[in-house]
Amino acid sequence: MKVKLTINGRQREADVEPRKTLLDTLREDFLLVGSHAGCEHGVCGACTVLIDGEPSRSCLMFAVQADGYEITTIEGLAPAPGELSVVQDAFCETHGLQCGYCTPGMILAGHALLERNDAPTREDIVEAISGNICRCTGYGQIVEAIEFAANRLRKANTPRGGRS
Amino acid sequence: MKPAPFDYVRPSSLAEVCEILAADEDARIIAGGQTLIPMLAMRLARPTRLVDILRLNDLRGIRAEADAVVIGAVTRQVEVERSEIVRRSLPLLTKALPWVGHPPTRNRGTVGGSIANADPSAEIPLVAVTLGAEIEIANPSDRMRMPADEFFIGPMLTSVMPGDCVCAVRFPVWTHKRIGTGFHEVSARQSDFAFVAAAAQVAIDEEGRCIEATLGLGGVGDRAIRIDVAPLLGKVPARAAITEVVRAATVDLEASSDLHATADYRRRVAVTLGTRALEDAFADAHSGNGALQ
Amino acid sequence: MTNTLPLKFVSSNRRVREDRRFVAGQGRYVADVALEGLLHVAVLPSQHPAARIVSINTLEAMKMPGVHYVLTGEELARATEPLMNGLETPNVRRFPLAVGQVRYAGEWVVAVVAESRAQAEDAAEKVKVEYEPLPYVIDSEEAYDPSSTPVHAAHGSNVLLDKTFVWGEVEKHFAESPRHLSFRVVWGRSSTVPIETFGVAAKWDPWREILDVWASIQMPKYSDQIARSLRIPLNNVRVHQDVDVGGSYGVKRGIKQTVIVSHLARLLGRPVRLIEDRLDNMRAGDAHGPDRIFDVEVAFNDDGIVKSMKMRALDNVGAYAGRSPFQLGKPIGAIVGPYKIQSVKYHAVSVTSNKAAQEAVRGFGQAPTNYAIETAIDKVAAAVGLDRIEIRRRNFIRAEEFPYLIPSGTHYDSGDYHTVVAKVLAHADYEGLKRERDELRASGLCAGIGVAACLEPSGGNSSFEPLLNEKNTTSTWMESCRINIDGLGFVTATIHTTSSGQGHETLTATVIGEVLEIDPDQIRIVRPDTLSSLPSNSPVGSRMAIMLGGAAFHAAQKLKAKIVRLAAHQFGCAEKDVVYEGGIVSNAASKKKLTWVEHVTIAHRNFHLLPEGMEPGLEVTHVMQVPTGTQLPKDGKVQMYPCHSFEFHLVLVAFDPEIGKPQIRRYVIGHDCGTVINPHIVKGMTLGGIAHGIGAALLEEFVYDAEGQMLTQSFMDYLLPSSHEVPHVEIVHHCTPSPFTVFGQKGSGESGYLGSPAAISGAINDAVASLGISFSKLPIRIAAISDAIAAAKNKEKA
Repeated sequence: MKVKLTINGRQREADVEPRKTLLDTLREDFLLVGSHAGCEHGVCGACTVLIDGEPSRSCLMFAVQADGYEITTIEGLAPAPGELSVVQDAFCETHGLQCGYCTPGMILAGHALLERNDAPTREDIVEAISGNICRCTGYGQIVEAIEFAANRLRKANTPRGGRS
Repeated sequence: MKPAPFDYVRPSSLAEVCEILAADEDARIIAGGQTLIPMLAMRLARPTRLVDILRLNDLRGIRAEADAVVIGAVTRQVEVERSEIVRRSLPLLTKALPWVGHPPTRNRGTVGGSIANADPSAEIPLVAVTLGAEIEIANPSDRMRMPADEFFIGPMLTSVMPGDCVCAVRFPVWTHKRIGTGFHEVSARQSDFAFVAAAAQVAIDEEGRCIEATLGLGGVGDRAIRIDVAPLLGKVPARAAITEVVRAATVDLEASSDLHATADYRRRVAVTLGTRALEDAFADAHSGNGALQ
Repeated sequence: MTNTLPLKFVSSNRRVREDRRFVAGQGRYVADVALEGLLHVAVLPSQHPAARIVSINTLEAMKMPGVHYVLTGEELARATEPLMNGLETPNVRRFPLAVGQVRYAGEWVVAVVAESRAQAEDAAEKVKVEYEPLPYVIDSEEAYDPSSTPVHAAHGSNVLLDKTFVWGEVEKHFAESPRHLSFRVVWGRSSTVPIETFGVAAKWDPWREILDVWASIQMPKYSDQIARSLRIPLNNVRVHQDVDVGGSYGVKRGIKQTVIVSHLARLLGRPVRLIEDRLDNMRAGDAHGPDRIFDVEVAFNDDGIVKSMKMRALDNVGAYAGRSPFQLGKPIGAIVGPYKIQSVKYHAVSVTSNKAAQEAVRGFGQAPTNYAIETAIDKVAAAVGLDRIEIRRRNFIRAEEFPYLIPSGTHYDSGDYHTVVAKVLAHADYEGLKRERDELRASGLCAGIGVAACLEPSGGNSSFEPLLNEKNTTSTWMESCRINIDGLGFVTATIHTTSSGQGHETLTATVIGEVLEIDPDQIRIVRPDTLSSLPSNSPVGSRMAIMLGGAAFHAAQKLKAKIVRLAAHQFGCAEKDVVYEGGIVSNAASKKKLTWVEHVTIAHRNFHLLPEGMEPGLEVTHVMQVPTGTQLPKDGKVQMYPCHSFEFHLVLVAFDPEIGKPQIRRYVIGHDCGTVINPHIVKGMTLGGIAHGIGAALLEEFVYDAEGQMLTQSFMDYLLPSSHEVPHVEIVHHCTPSPFTVFGQKGSGESGYLGSPAAISGAINDAVASLGISFSKLPIRIAAISDAIAAAKNKEKA
């Protein structure tokens, strides 16, 4: 079946079986390999993308269901090649990762949180990333990263993006 | 973990949906997919065809009626979580929502999906049973309403027949001046299936006497059930009394045993959480937080 | 410790450079490696815990769309050697696909190759296997019994290893001690379960006769084992070590997966890839961890001093041996923990059963052993009526007693356990914590404080191999680094292993920058493939800070010495009169100096200016042996790892006695890993290790029912801690440098995990002690806590 998807602001097309997940389509048809397969049954969150700005498991969606949404993958976050968004940079600042496998999902979850809540409490952050499992970090430096990013964003002299 | 092959259709009307389902008993509805897709991935479900209802606008939305709030089947759980109508008129549902899966699964999962899946420990079916909600079902010839406790008949089992599609859930709204709600759950991790969940809603008069009460328990047996708390009516209940009522009502409760929790545990905790849910509900009613505006 | 200068880069909180590519989603994991013409593998598992394979019918499967091949175990066994065992157990043979018989439910029987993974799975369903079920054994003690059905008939029993060590005068110490106690604890089968499953892709180039392999691998001698199994020369195997590994913590040793795809790649003339899905991984990835019953006896006196210990460790490795029996051997290197126990009897038993096979899990058996030791200390404290921390203080090795020789032959290099404990207690306000516990108890909750003191042996010389297998005479454990300063003065260094998030590139650049006194961020680190690599023993045994740090340090020192010698020749002075500072060399007397670019240019371009015998260019290699422990065992004793980090956990847990769900209210850990090369990295290891420990203590288990079926097949039943389950952890630092390493650094790759299960278990037991109950099996489930409390209260009433 032909699908037309809007990914990171661009219209892309593919021809896939109905059973092909959005995750596999992103990785194989569009070579966006930043979204990762960890469990393929919707628990670990390594496949997280944003669907209309909200974190969703791309392994729990078929590509044929994914038209008509704004899909954001980790590749869509960097402002320019070689540059990092504030949230991405914050993860580097606090070392909020080790192996990097859960990281795109974590960053997108953090990013989505900060879009709608510019002063999250620790509990808010913990809840926001509770759908993303990390086996390396024990979450401590991830929470610090999102706190750090929240702080930087609050103090920055830039208008914030669209809030839902 | 790739699903077995299937066809995919996206009908543009409910009537079409029902026709397709009636004609092919191996066709399945997909909405949010949060519970169906893992089953497909593990090849535990092998439908010939997926019938996507997620974009049917008739089945989406949260609507306040005179004495009920009607939630369309494909309304996303996160919409219910954030809904002002629900917070005002169905505070018990608002309390239960944060316990449903994770934030990402609430972003895609639907109310109808949770209802149709009928997991014995799921929170939305529990609230539906507790409040005596009605499930609206459409089939090729008819549209009907079924009380929740007739709809859920066993673990992952509902009264849905081939050709049926769950359209909406009608939650009755209490019109008392002072109502309160309480929700408690225990699970291995925050987001896991509940070992036991308890949902309570009460109404009290000016003297604090209970004029209406309902308590539902999920996760204990093979489906969510309502507990008989009639003995609380007319009284200003204290903890001991509440505990007794809950214990008496659950003494013969069938409970399941599995890898994570024994039957004894479920029964014991049913009393504990049922009591706490009611206590919280009474306290909530007293404090005026639960009053309708 | 070799370095005596003040540190400029080491120990400062520099960003971990690897993070940059990962936050952009630009990691390169095995599933990201694009290979033209790639074929995909799906495997067919057995449903039986033990069964003879009567027939395999692949006809229908072969006709399925996209299918290229269906490989059976028999065929693969003809073309390859069985996988290696660590012990001398030739009749326990292991093949990547079952041959003649399946030995656990989930074992791979057939591999299907197709154009896509989905097509391969469709076809795998069509393979028809006829089985004749056989008797099986699941329980460890049953397997130990000689009457049980051997998993490997030719081996004659289920016992792979049954060895008793007696270090010191155990019986005498027991006889002369006034008090004894004994108990059993059980470490449930769990594992570190990375979020990325194991995956491997292979490609055979018949013209160059090279097998290219890309894998999510963390394994010493990986290419050796590939070559051996495929019966090809080792220099025909090229493992690409620049593949990012999505977490491993020991377990990614997928040799059976690798042999399957390598054989298929060679057979089919196309690249072939196998990525385990989560079901493949959980039930048959053969990456489970220790599954261990400890029976412990201790002899002590009324002051709580523990003189001697007897420990039987019975471990159920599953259906195949591999390396896992050695997980009983590694803890020998710290068998008395941080305590001055004078003698030990250690009875190590490794049995087979019809469960999936084990693999090396973080700590290689140390965490379960620490759980047993710490439980013993807690019980001694209760027996003599002493505070559990006081009893540890009394038994700790003292700071002035290092290097300390333990009964089993290892010297602990350095430590100051008393100070770490004091720091933790001060930071946590221990008296305040006890008051908090008492207040929680007064409010109707169960509340308890748990402690654990344990060592992290680091340095990874695996001398437990020759200790448990006399035919193994390995005493070399190497690591290497090569540094090249190119003609324009830019520095590139190589490391010769894969990494799974430990920050080795950052570590290496920091060390080299420190020695050469240049900005580490300008140093490029590359990972050559195995054909271009120097020897390495991989990141195991918490060795890389010591070994890679050491190799990089020594290589950089050699380079610096060469620069100094070159400069001396230019200046016409003695080498000792050359000052090297920030990469610039100078001589005070002649007032001459050379900038970095100047001396680089001379080295690369001006041969006529070089001293006699000096090679042109600025390139150097160092291959390093582990600093101590290079002898073979003698009389059952051996020096194992060179360095010993120390950690002390202090945990406050509370829970509702009816609900039984433990909440960790406070978590403080004191951590001493010597000199810290990069604080971010060490912090991450510690916090991550504690999270693994919380999982092992409370949530995670691979459960088998009596019919040999694994019940915890997916992440719905195998419960990984999320952000809700891991509390905020406070880390208190201390540093007792190691005398054996270049900066005094010790390992920290296993930190947190080694002690947190013991501490959490101790806290829960403290919380229920007044009810007369205790828990002696991990994980401690919520329902088990509630049920035990209810039973105890009922007994009271009766």
